[in-house]
Amino acid sequence: MAKKQATKQAASRELTKAQWKLKEIRQNWVAYLMVAPYMILFTLFTVVPVALSIVISFTDFNMLELPNIVWLKNYVTLFFDDDIFLIAIKNTFIFACIVGPSSYIMSYLVAWFINELPPKVRALVTLIFYAPSISGQVYLIWGTLFSSDSYGWANATLEKLGIINAPINWFRDETYVMPLCIVVSLWTSLGTSFLAFIAGLQGIDRALYEAGAVDGVKNRWQELYYITLPSMKPQLMFGAIMSITGAFGFGGIVDALAGFPSVNYCAHTIMHHLNDYGGMRYEIGYSSAIAVILFLMMIGANMLVKRILSKIGN
Amino acid sequence: MAKLRTRKHKVVLARSAGGDAGISVLLVLLGAFMFLPMVYVVMQSLKPLDELWMYPPRFYVMSPTLKNFKDLFTLMNISWVPFSRYIFNTVLVSVAGTAGHLFLASLAAYALAKIKFPGRNLMFQTVQMSLMFNATVTAITSFILMSALKWLDSYWALIVPAWCSSLGLYLMKQFMDTNVNDSVLESARLDGARELKIFWIIAMPMVKPAWLTLIIYSFQGLWNAGASMYIYSEQFKSFNYAIGQILAGGIKRAGAGAASQVIMMLVPILIFIISQSNIIETMGSSGMKD
Repeated sequence: MAKKQATKQAASRELTKAQWKLKEIRQNWVAYLMVAPYMILFTLFTVVPVALSIVISFTDFNMLELPNIVWLKNYVTLFFDDDIFLIAIKNTFIFACIVGPSSYIMSYLVAWFINELPPKVRALVTLIFYAPSISGQVYLIWGTLFSSDSYGWANATLEKLGIINAPINWFRDETYVMPLCIVVSLWTSLGTSFLAFIAGLQGIDRALYEAGAVDGVKNRWQELYYITLPSMKPQLMFGAIMSITGAFGFGGIVDALAGFPSVNYCAHTIMHHLNDYGGMRYEIGYSSAIAVILFLMMIGANMLVKRILSKIGN
Repeated sequence: MAKLRTRKHKVVLARSAGGDAGISVLLVLLGAFMFLPMVYVVMQSLKPLDELWMYPPRFYVMSPTLKNFKDLFTLMNISWVPFSRYIFNTVLVSVAGTAGHLFLASLAAYALAKIKFPGRNLMFQTVQMSLMFNATVTAITSFILMSALKWLDSYWALIVPAWCSSLGLYLMKQFMDTNVNDSVLESARLDGARELKIFWIIAMPMVKPAWLTLIIYSFQGLWNAGASMYIYSEQFKSFNYAIGQILAGGIKRAGAGAASQVIMMLVPILIFIISQSNIIETMGSSGMKD
């Protein structure tokens, strides 16, 4: 009897909770109205395409015939029957693992170095470091510097020094394509995270440093580790996400400098493989499976780094 | 006064001269790596043709000329689709995309930051999650979507997706969290003001640096956009794409190509110079709380 009473009571509490929610929703209808235009478009152009990719990746859709469900066949083919995809995965990993952390650390160190400069000088240095990342296709200048003939600065210098006899075809030689594309990616990579770090460093209370000096912080490295880094953890998080997502998006640089496909697929990345199958061969099912793998890689990398960063200062 | 000086002195103590020197050297080296290619772009654009093809190549220009820029404008005039059309396309898409993005993202950011309603956390977290992957992932299915909407080969395919870019909403919401005072909004609500009015009259004037940042990020993205897979017709293509065609024109057009690069990079850089302090201020609140 008492038990029944209790469940009845719980049920009515449930009801009031649901009613309360409903009331809250009704009260805040203006808020829903305000977020609606953005959220509807965001869902349509970001959430739906991701969900659709996952669904289509289990089919053999090709834009012409009705799709058949093939379950995991696309994924199996990718990993066991597509040698070029394995090259693409390897290259994407190499790029992301070098460019992501390097650009993150470079952004942070530069922001930290210039933090104590006078404001005017700091603004100028910020501009110098930030400019390559916002100047569109200006990275093509690296194609001029490393051009295949002796008019290129790199070949001319090496010839003058007597290191080489004939010009090197930089962006057509497997040995050099990857390293050069990585350097150019780094050159354009001091972007949003760099600005976030500058702002984060500016926002740290000076009194913390003074207190640290009293407490026996001996040099700038201790200060960095014990005071600066823990005080700007939110910016470090945000910067990491920007750097990682950026590091996965270097494919355009490879296309522009080394052509598509690059020599022997030596700088072929997942993005190129996706464009190849999706944009050129219209094998939508197969390319969706590639997109899903790329998606999982990016989210996984971000989650991993988030977890590592949350340990700072603990 | 004396106390102040000792305090200052103590902070300076944490810096060794060796460290200062080492950091300066490193900064100069990195700065050269970043800056010299940009300078070289400008140098190339000022070189006459015989200097562009000189052996050995020289970094500095010896007899600077504006002939390359003149050639660029001549080339623009003889192109099949008038060059003004490419410029019009880029300006239209940039302005319409940016204006819509600023309005829709601010409106949503205000509600997410300042009104407590069921579902707001889920919505914001979804947007935050989308910062973790780039547009490559959604490229193929977005193409299908565009074709279903019959937006292929029209301005809509370029403008509307720009309205719902997630970085803008994220930065605006974070900035409102820290810089719009809840008590001001609360007293306006008690006076009977409607949310929309509070948003427009009270909140928006308080977040001007964030507006500017959203405008610049959105504009830069749209300005730098090259060929799009959604557009086939020449008359809808962007300025950046047309410039790229000149650049791809080979040896004869090397001069005009160099000049075109200077023009393309000048616009985003000038905009950043004007707005730098506002962007940095916005980034101050960009941090992610887990």
